[in-house]
Amino acid sequence: MSMKFDRPMNWKELPAGCLIDEAATSLRFKTGDWRSMRPIWDAEKCIHCLFCWITCPDTAITVQDGKMTGIDYDYCKGCGICAVICPPKASAIDMVREEK
Amino acid sequence: MKTIAKTGNEAMAYAMKQINPDVVAAYPITPATEIVQIFSNYVADGEVDTEFVAVESEHSALSACVGASLAGGRVMTSTASQGLALMHEILYIAAGNRLPIVIALVNRSLSAPINIHCDHSDTMGSREAGWMQLYCANSQEAYDSLIIALKVAEQTAVPAIVSTDAFIISHAMERLEVLEDEEVQRFIGEYKPRFSALDLENPKTFGPLDLQDYFFEHKRAQIDDFSKVLGTYNKVAQEYAELSGRYYPALEEYKTDDADVAIFTAGSTADTAKEVVDGLREQGRKMGLVRMRMWRPLPVEEIKAALGKFKAVAVMDRSDTMADFGGPVFLETRGILYDAKKKPLLTDYVYGLGGRNIDISDILRVYDEIEQVVKQGKIDKLITYLGVRGEE
Amino acid sequence: MASLKELSKRTEGLVGGHRACAGCAASTAIRQILLAAGDKPTVTGICTGCMEVVTTIFPYTAWNVNLVHNAFENSAATVSGMEAAYRALKRKGKIDAEIQFIAFGGDGGTYDIGLQSLSGAIERRHKMLYVCYDNEAYMNTGYQRSSATPYCAHTTTSPAGTKIPGKPQKRKDLTEIIIAHEPAYAAQATPGYYMDLIRKVEKALAADGPSFINVLSPCVPGWGYPLDQTMNISKLAVETLFWPIYEWQDGKYKINIKPREPKPLVDFLKLQARFRHLLKPGNEHLLEELQAEVNRRWEVLLRKEQATNG
Repeated sequence: MSMKFDRPMNWKELPAGCLIDEAATSLRFKTGDWRSMRPIWDAEKCIHCLFCWITCPDTAITVQDGKMTGIDYDYCKGCGICAVICPPKASAIDMVREEK
Repeated sequence: MKTIAKTGNEAMAYAMKQINPDVVAAYPITPATEIVQIFSNYVADGEVDTEFVAVESEHSALSACVGASLAGGRVMTSTASQGLALMHEILYIAAGNRLPIVIALVNRSLSAPINIHCDHSDTMGSREAGWMQLYCANSQEAYDSLIIALKVAEQTAVPAIVSTDAFIISHAMERLEVLEDEEVQRFIGEYKPRFSALDLENPKTFGPLDLQDYFFEHKRAQIDDFSKVLGTYNKVAQEYAELSGRYYPALEEYKTDDADVAIFTAGSTADTAKEVVDGLREQGRKMGLVRMRMWRPLPVEEIKAALGKFKAVAVMDRSDTMADFGGPVFLETRGILYDAKKKPLLTDYVYGLGGRNIDISDILRVYDEIEQVVKQGKIDKLITYLGVRGEE
Repeated sequence: MASLKELSKRTEGLVGGHRACAGCAASTAIRQILLAAGDKPTVTGICTGCMEVVTTIFPYTAWNVNLVHNAFENSAATVSGMEAAYRALKRKGKIDAEIQFIAFGGDGGTYDIGLQSLSGAIERRHKMLYVCYDNEAYMNTGYQRSSATPYCAHTTTSPAGTKIPGKPQKRKDLTEIIIAHEPAYAAQATPGYYMDLIRKVEKALAADGPSFINVLSPCVPGWGYPLDQTMNISKLAVETLFWPIYEWQDGKYKINIKPREPKPLVDFLKLQARFRHLLKPGNEHLLEELQAEVNRRWEVLLRKEQATNG
């Protein structure tokens, strides 16, 4: 692995070939500032059905040991799919306007 | 070492068998069909370990080769003409990804009109794709070159095209000296890819999207890799000469030492021209031949040194650039000679398109005319279309 | 089949930080598919298109598995080549692992420009899963019509004008074209029905030969609906019979969801800007035509299921 992210690499520093020679480097690219709406998760109400987790396009629902633990605002783009898919009997996610 | 009789296609197929690639993905096309047809017999008879992928087009042939090569396999294919044109998009992608795929190619004209015979418009049209190009003059050379090219490709991570002239070489029987299988295997060695998409420990993303911030850097790095091809080639060709007794320089000179004029050409025509030179020498006329064998990368210094010593040179191009300025060998040679300290008067003869026969009398005419250029000290006609009806 | 709880303990194949539009169904579908595949070593390929573009902008990749991008029309051929090399290297003892291969393509890369490459790869029986994330138009280049675009849909090259009401032709039935190749497994799915999709991925990867899943993937900007409605639209497509989810294996059809009372098609259409013109007075006949076509196709599918399960 030879990638550098702190500054643009020059051509002699690139991995030999036409490739990104490590996985999941997009985690260094935060898309949280795209949000205009922010999902607020209520841990009390959550029934841990994981519907929000499996339908999140941005892998932004954090889960540990099969239980939801929160929302990763580094990557959440605020689409609100999670709030819509959350079962009505739980309604554990609210969308609020993002403070700028 | 043993001697056998083989056509150009049989010779290339035999070299492929001895190389024993991991994957060959190919599609039939005249006049290269035989290469993969013969090779598929080797597969059917268990004489190779290769996965032969009989794809549904040349585009998929090279696409599958790219996948196989990214997966860490030693990969070859074969095609001609329209097939290479259909591969065109993927030629650049294979080279950009540094995949040392080798194509055993038969040079055939590009349609329209459709025609199955020899000219060099197919490979000349792909000369900016980032592939090494070797043009062979006979079957022996085709056999040897495929083995050399594979080793150079794998050492430099630059893909290679080795070509013969349609029918003139591809279908003509010749006596051939071949190496033993083990000698070929020892010479090429085990393939150690730079990377593999099957490496599960370190997953990678191959062929990512570059925006304005990285595309140029990636291309610059590719150009740098490409700049190492000629040096590697010279080394590998020398090693091959030690093994086989046959040496193939990137640029071949024939009876040029004291020559005033020369023809600069490629492929089977060069072999014919050698006979003409022999005859002229018997008449005491100081004429030579320079054969371009490697056209990508361009052996710039070699060309400068070789052609710089003549008073006049006739380039013989088996394709045209449609630039209204002759053929590609002529155009690029003019560029190379621009800053040469000594440079010859340079004319171009575009000949042999679509397999139009070129015989000894045609070549003699070129030598006569180039001699005339020297006498006059100037060029009357820069570009001549040789052997076509309707020309004066 | 793996439960959501079990799946949540697997390593994600597609991570955050990619540049897909907010609410993108295709990125959800790819996530779900890689999670379903995730208990075994998986190597993937992808066509040029939305998902390739947004997930691989150098030096950032959202992929946690090996991914190969070659060109637009050839992810099937490319992955078939990888699979061939894998077999060769395995035979020579250079690779031990059992690797499964998945190729992805959008509808442009699959229904249109890559159809030949896909047909060839399936005919050659490469053991690989091909997934079409079908968002019913060329979304990457700005919503142009493809052969997956439905009848009357507005796209930038089949605009709803004063004379022509959107795309004049019907959608091509790609899944049936693939089934005609008799692959080891074929199915239609959509990420709104994620358990169905996950089960199908498991089944496809277990099948002994080529498999294919056509995944309807709603597109927020291309279809024109509120970005939180992606999964609802995905489900409505099934509930209105617009996108039946079914599978085919060993010559037998199985429809996975048969709505007891299918919702009217207009419930699906009215949420989307690409069909907005159909709701204008005077276009009632087009709505009727669309509903009739959906009904007709559903009937045909039911008959196929009956006929093959006799």
